[in-house]
Amino acid sequence: MAQSEQELLEQLSERDYPHGFESNIEQEIIPKGLTEDTIRFISQRKNEPDWLLQWRLKAYKHWLGLKEPNWQKLTYPAIDYQDISYFAAPKAAPVLNSLDELDPEIKSTYDRLGIPLEEQMMLAGVAVDAVLDSVSVVTTFKEKLAEKGVLFCSISEAVHLYPELVRAYLGTVVPFTDNFFSALNSAVFTDGSFVFIPPGVRCPMELSTYFRINARGTGQFERTLIVASEDSYVSYLEGCTAPKRDENQLHAAVVELVALDRGEIKYSTVQNWYPGDKDGKGGIYNFVTKRGLCKGTSSKISWTQVETGSAITWKYPSVVLQGDDSRGEFYSVAMTTHLQQADTGTKMFHIGKNTQSRIVSKGISAGRSQNSYRGLVKIRKSAHKARNYSQCDSLLMGNRCGAHTFPYFEIHQPSAIVEHEATTSKIAEDILFYCTQRGLSRESAIAMIVNGYAREVLDHLPMEFAVEARKLLAISLEGSVG
Amino acid sequence: MLLEIENLKASVEGKEILKGINLSIPAGEVHAIMGPNGSGKSTLSSIIAGKDGYEISGSIRFDGVEIMDWEPEIRSRAGIFLAFQYPVELPGVGLSSFLRACVNESRKHRGEPELDASAFLALMREKAALVELSQELIRRPVNQGFSGGEKKRNEIFQMAMLDPKMAILDETDSGLDIDALRIVAEGVNKLRHAQRSMLVITHYQRLLEYIIPDRVHVLIDGAIVMSGDRNLALTLEEKGYDWIRAGQEVSS
Ligand SMILES: Nc1ncnc2c1ncn2[C@@H]1O[C@H](COP(=O)(O)OP(=O)(O)OP(=O)(O)O)[C@@H](O)[C@H]1O
Ligand SMILES: [Mg+2]
Repeated sequence: MAQSEQELLEQLSERDYPHGFESNIEQEIIPKGLTEDTIRFISQRKNEPDWLLQWRLKAYKHWLGLKEPNWQKLTYPAIDYQDISYFAAPKAAPVLNSLDELDPEIKSTYDRLGIPLEEQMMLAGVAVDAVLDSVSVVTTFKEKLAEKGVLFCSISEAVHLYPELVRAYLGTVVPFTDNFFSALNSAVFTDGSFVFIPPGVRCPMELSTYFRINARGTGQFERTLIVASEDSYVSYLEGCTAPKRDENQLHAAVVELVALDRGEIKYSTVQNWYPGDKDGKGGIYNFVTKRGLCKGTSSKISWTQVETGSAITWKYPSVVLQGDDSRGEFYSVAMTTHLQQADTGTKMFHIGKNTQSRIVSKGISAGRSQNSYRGLVKIRKSAHKARNYSQCDSLLMGNRCGAHTFPYFEIHQPSAIVEHEATTSKIAEDILFYCTQRGLSRESAIAMIVNGYAREVLDHLPMEFAVEARKLLAISLEGSVG
Repeated sequence: MLLEIENLKASVEGKEILKGINLSIPAGEVHAIMGPNGSGKSTLSSIIAGKDGYEISGSIRFDGVEIMDWEPEIRSRAGIFLAFQYPVELPGVGLSSFLRACVNESRKHRGEPELDASAFLALMREKAALVELSQELIRRPVNQGFSGGEKKRNEIFQMAMLDPKMAILDETDSGLDIDALRIVAEGVNKLRHAQRSMLVITHYQRLLEYIIPDRVHVLIDGAIVMSGDRNLALTLEEKGYDWIRAGQEVSS
């Protein structure tokens, strides 16, 4: 039996944001500011081929002509893009062949985050890529994966090792012209993970990346690319944390997924960037573009996300259902407390015939936070018999928070079937009384009810991740409910 | 005395529901409360269990200690259990993990070590057998999609799991079919012992044929107007409440 929620709560009850420590790792940080020279510096520092530098520069020029989007239900002070440092790297050699070579301080950073890399390697059989600030510090299990032909490394390495693959797919799902933040990311991205699963291979283990922002005054712009070839399968997990700081830090990532014929990608995120304190001071601004392309017939891409962190979340993991009979899924729990703001949801673009999508979104708002679901289901004329099912639930705690649902549907194919359900609820007093009558404190009762509410989504996470996500939901609520 | 209630008054939004209840239950005794709809039986149970939202005066002592200021969870851990008239559903909350958390809370309160998974499972199996609650129901979320009768059975199962000193059963019999009534009542009887007291609220004498009470109290319009032995239940079944009301009017 899984550890009960209550036990987990107890273990964690004294903690506030447990990942808020700062590590003293020797860092190389470039001065703040963004010019062409910054981009040239990054590219040179990473020893990149010219085509990539040129691509970055094009993205930068495009970005200069763009304005930050303002349609979302988020309010935050203007971001000064010249007040950010675009590159921070640990001074020790960034590319390692084994864990022994890893800077002990970096290793202990990950240990304190509860990501003991060695243990993960041995016990869970999860291959880990750890990204600290701008660079990937270690990728475990490389050899074992190589036996199966699975390529899993940092994107910087991939540029050198598998240039033709990177070049063939980079920017094909999220072009730099897509939006303000994708343009910025394309210009300045520093690291991220690269995964390639060859045809017919079921990846023998969960692949996972932990992103950590450590350096002060920096932004993190990671870029992840995952390709699942014909008849392949991969499950990929992403976790994120950042130290507790009173400044706001920008995180603008791009994730691109490509699934070929009958290929399947399951992408899970537990996002726990520092959300700021209870007065809204500090916290990560999280502007992320995630998109999957179901390129092949009968391919499948599924996003599962548990979003508890960040001061601001702007994130719409999407699926383009191009291949006939392809399937896209989005399962989300977004929890906001204190003064957090989340505007998150998904887009499902149906292009191929018989394409199916499923959206399950569970918003949880507490404190004075604002939580919006924004979703678009677009069914093109070509998408005969496309189907979509969307369910958007909101749970409100207290009456100073807000929950908003913005579902958009654009349907150009009459044979399509689209279903949408939405509910808004509060935790009723009689439910709380029932739980406290049985001996639970009000706080653990709420945590339990919230976990129950989110269960449908949590059940889609791989086991170890689900346990972590439950803990997170419980801790994040502490002190924010009356 | 395990439970001593003195001059308990409760009102909601200016409306007085309990009008000075006096009730004492010694350890090991089973008392029954009968009374017409709306007379205040569930309100009394909720207030003993610590529910918020009433203006209250008077005193409730449990094991000799005043508990009027105690939160519901503290009363629960101290050994007060309420089997609800209308048990709520907890969507997505697994019954076993819910109960494990609850059981461990009261164990912690008593200074006992928490039960590990296998000991807990064994305990669950044993107690489920007591009220013949199926394993299938145990695997489901708490009360979610349970039938009315299954919910009631689940309440007694939880009572068995939590092993309280004082159990209040609020109309546990209503909604149970004939066989279920017998099974649940037999389960309750097995849980009777010299250290455990019970307050059984019911509309029907039938339940009291199984669970034989030491005392029967009649609650009308927020006050206990008559108390007697088990024969009082028989009289009520036969004559209803009007004769008591009539008697009150005569005497007042
Ligand atoms: N929160 C409340 N607000 C207003 N009135 C209430 C509230 N709670 C109880 N009452 C009223 O108090 C009275 C007693 O209710 P209670 O539920 O205690 O009755 P009962 O004896 O348990 O009835 P039944 O046999 O139908 O279960 C009823 O008239 C009820 O409407
Ligand atoms: Mg009642």
